[in-house]
Amino acid sequence: MNEWTTAGLWLAVIASGIYHGVSPGMGWPLAVSAGLFARRAGDLFRALGLLATGHFVAMIAVLLPFGAMLTLMVWQRQIRIAAGLIVIAAGIYLLVNRRHPRVLARIPPAQLALWSFAAATAHGAGLMLVPIYLGLCQAGDLDVGHQAAAALVTGNLITATAVSVVHTAAMIVSGGVIAIAVYRWLGPKFISQSWFNLDIVWALSLVLVGGIGIASTGYDP
Amino acid sequence: MTVRPDPTFHATAKLAMQAPVESFAYTLMLSGDFSQPDGLAIVDVNPKSKDYGKIVHSVIMPNKGDEFHHFGWNACSSALSPLNGHPFLERRFLIIPGMRSSRIYVIDTKGGPTKAKIHKIIEPEEVFAKTGYSRPHTIHCGPEGIYVSTLGGGGPDGTDGPPGIFVMDCQTFDVIGRYEIDRGPQDKQYDFWWNLPRDYMVSSEWALPPQFEQGIVPEDLLSNKYGHRVHFWNLRERRNVQTIDLGANHQMALEVRPAHDPVKEYGFIGVVVDTTNLEGSIWTWWREGGKFHCEKTATIPPEAAAKDDLPPLLQGFEAVPPLVTDIDLSLDDRFLYVSCWGTGEMRQYDVSDPMRPRLAGSVHIGGITRKTRHPGGDYRGGPQMVEISRDGKRVYWTNSLYSTWDGQFYPDGIPAAMVKADVGENGGITLDKDFYVEFPKGYRSHQIRLEGGDCSTDSFCYPSV
Repeated sequence: MNEWTTAGLWLAVIASGIYHGVSPGMGWPLAVSAGLFARRAGDLFRALGLLATGHFVAMIAVLLPFGAMLTLMVWQRQIRIAAGLIVIAAGIYLLVNRRHPRVLARIPPAQLALWSFAAATAHGAGLMLVPIYLGLCQAGDLDVGHQAAAALVTGNLITATAVSVVHTAAMIVSGGVIAIAVYRWLGPKFISQSWFNLDIVWALSLVLVGGIGIASTGYDP
Repeated sequence: MTVRPDPTFHATAKLAMQAPVESFAYTLMLSGDFSQPDGLAIVDVNPKSKDYGKIVHSVIMPNKGDEFHHFGWNACSSALSPLNGHPFLERRFLIIPGMRSSRIYVIDTKGGPTKAKIHKIIEPEEVFAKTGYSRPHTIHCGPEGIYVSTLGGGGPDGTDGPPGIFVMDCQTFDVIGRYEIDRGPQDKQYDFWWNLPRDYMVSSEWALPPQFEQGIVPEDLLSNKYGHRVHFWNLRERRNVQTIDLGANHQMALEVRPAHDPVKEYGFIGVVVDTTNLEGSIWTWWREGGKFHCEKTATIPPEAAAKDDLPPLLQGFEAVPPLVTDIDLSLDDRFLYVSCWGTGEMRQYDVSDPMRPRLAGSVHIGGITRKTRHPGGDYRGGPQMVEISRDGKRVYWTNSLYSTWDGQFYPDGIPAAMVKADVGENGGITLDKDFYVEFPKGYRSHQIRLEGGDCSTDSFCYPSV
């Protein structure tokens, strides 16, 4: 049961990575643009690297504080409920506030990593991982039983890094595959053809993930 | 907010050229003596339609004395910028500023051009209060919304502070505020455009309001007091990074036309008149090694004329200056069209080599002394605002320059006209004798916008491949 839960949660980490990667709002069109400008694939891969860096930082910056808080074992359940509520609140905010994003457009095109970080943060991409991550931390705790706080911190930190790495890898591979396909075969026409407004779906995903996170606290031993 | 990007948004200029051709044109009508309200005419430009070349709908404004000049869309292909990450706007609203009243009209074209109607009116007080600018002019849709250039600063005559650019929200049409954080030496403003992925903007200078509102001021022109500089900006830092003086004799640097393919770091600018020899000129600007450069790459000579054939303003010169009042670049960046409003000639230059424009075609029509006739109607004035179809095969233009200036150059008046020329496979232009749009009495015509975007509205974020 526990192993299944752990495997399921890791699958969720990968699935959310693919979801973010294929979403044009997380930056694959920027990699296409970089490749087309330089007329060589090298610049496309460099852009993908910068996008991945920004995305990774946006993920880990959100996960680490939650990981640190979790060491307060007494409050674990409350923390997980609060985290779920924050994620739901972010989803509702994005549902209500559906204006054209002006702030992202102010970032200079040369600063791709900063742009990627800002885009992920503005969309609450890191928050989407929080309930999954908290679930993984808990699954880990159960495996090893009660530990010293220091060991817990280290464990949670490693888990946060692992979650961010796996998620970002899934994100950049899926987005990268699309970027390369558009650059090499599909052509820039695919950019407008494939772009769907996922604002509502995205916001509802946050609400859903937050809800599952809260619901799962009910099964705590 | 839409679910898919607007079908008239294109990632590259090349894709825009392959899109379906225009069926309607939007043309601004202004009342030269301010006795009637200005309006927007919707012209049928589909050769298969029974109403081809006719006004099929018009939107007349509720105020008089606005003085319509240039206008633009709330959104264009620039919405596909990967940096915005959110291209779900509609090319739906036309933003029409009144350059005399400072009032701005937002026209809704939902349901098609023939259903166009007023959506919102932004009163001059809002523009004054939120920007300190007046006399709004050029519209471009860009990364932060709608950018509006102005010709005047504050105060009744628009000279309290320099004019500049302000930003409007592209959905609510609220005036947000000034664009410039650091304007450098810029103290006059006319046109502006940009290269979005390269992150720079170029702006030009016409004149301050006292130099144009009551007519051209000959003493100011002859003492070289009109604009003659080009400003280059870091677009997103909103900072003037370089100013190039074309030389004081190059009076009135007007339309800015960057190459549409963002890989190319060059563009063109037209100068109305050289006060030393009455020439009109085309300048090419480019960026190299992080610096901007600008050189005169084509000149158009004046034409000798008898004193008695000239309006009082020009009698002392015994010549007609070409007066380069508008230029426009085709989407493939191959042909530059140049309006010679004084001599009455539409020129087509092949600018495949941007440093060596080559005259490829010409149509004579109107002109101060030539007065070349159009078989379709009583064409007066010269070729002025020019717009090119996306596929580059048709060129449309109108004939009025500006209310108080028209009579100084063409004392017999310039009733509104809109005509068209067809472009040959490898250049060359021929006047379409069957296309001549008749406008309601008392109106003059100005800028033309084409349904679905044209060569002076859309900016593209991906290279043409």
